[in-house]
Amino acid sequence: MELTVNGAGRSVAAGASVADLVRDLVAQPRGVAVAVNGEVVPRTGWPARALRDGDRVEVLTAAQGG
Amino acid sequence: MPFELGGETFTSRLILGTGGAANLHVLEQAIRASGSELVTLALRRVGTAPGSTGGLLELLDRCGVRLLPNTAGCHTATEAVKVARLARDAFDTDWVKLEVIGDERTLLPDGVELLRAAEELVSDGFTVLPYTSDDPVLARRLADVGCAAVMPAGSPIGSGLGIGNPHHIRLIRQGVDVPVILDAGIGTASDAALAMELGCDGVLLASAVTRAADPVAMATAMRYAVEAGRLAAQAGRIERRFHALASTPDEGRPEL
Repeated sequence: MELTVNGAGRSVAAGASVADLVRDLVAQPRGVAVAVNGEVVPRTGWPARALRDGDRVEVLTAAQGG
Repeated sequence: MPFELGGETFTSRLILGTGGAANLHVLEQAIRASGSELVTLALRRVGTAPGSTGGLLELLDRCGVRLLPNTAGCHTATEAVKVARLARDAFDTDWVKLEVIGDERTLLPDGVELLRAAEELVSDGFTVLPYTSDDPVLARRLADVGCAAVMPAGSPIGSGLGIGNPHHIRLIRQGVDVPVILDAGIGTASDAALAMELGCDGVLLASAVTRAADPVAMATAMRYAVEAGRLAAQAGRIERRFHALASTPDEGRPEL
């Protein structure tokens, strides 16, 4: 299925969860937060949250900032 | 005297922002030189913004500082509240430097959205440290809704213009019971000292250190400036007077 991840198109296997996607993107999930279609998905809910075709996903992490 | 903020006790009254540092090595040295115990960071898409390619959290761990995530770049209360909740999930802290920007050129806050976001986050259990303008009325409203501090801008973020309206900063200090932290606009050590002399309880700055030619030297200067300003504020300065007042006595002057 096709997702939009951090503003860019990305294909993932059907049935993938948020946890699967995070594992693909970052080496370790510490300091990472996820929103799907503009709604926060808390870390504890990542494994159970199935992604759907067309979902807009933001995968965020620590960055320098004032 | 230790600095109490959000129920925690700090020795340092200098809060350092991590934005603008050329690299993580310089940033780490600057944090250590500043003596800061509370350090801001942002939340951005993985692998894009500086620091987001990894290593920033490990660095902050090594420095032993407490994290203060910001909501930089947000323009509405709705957006800022979401970013605060994402940051809480990412960094395991309910502290937030709340920023809701209302103007692109000056990056000054949108007071209406800021107050709405502050209210919602306080009721959700956050320790809210709002970046606000130097408006004493808005500062009081933010304190009234339960913010743990108010953080007025001295002048626009990154401008280095110092404290544009010292009178308002003093009025803010007089008008709220929570800590007042001068946030934004600091250019050099004397600006930070002035903030403390005006009665502020702390200073938050990033660019003044991270974008200085020698960030580590400037971080050291800021550390001393905040301490010096605090001491001077407590010491009770002399009154300003129009004419001179000799410090050497006239008595016993020889007739020659």
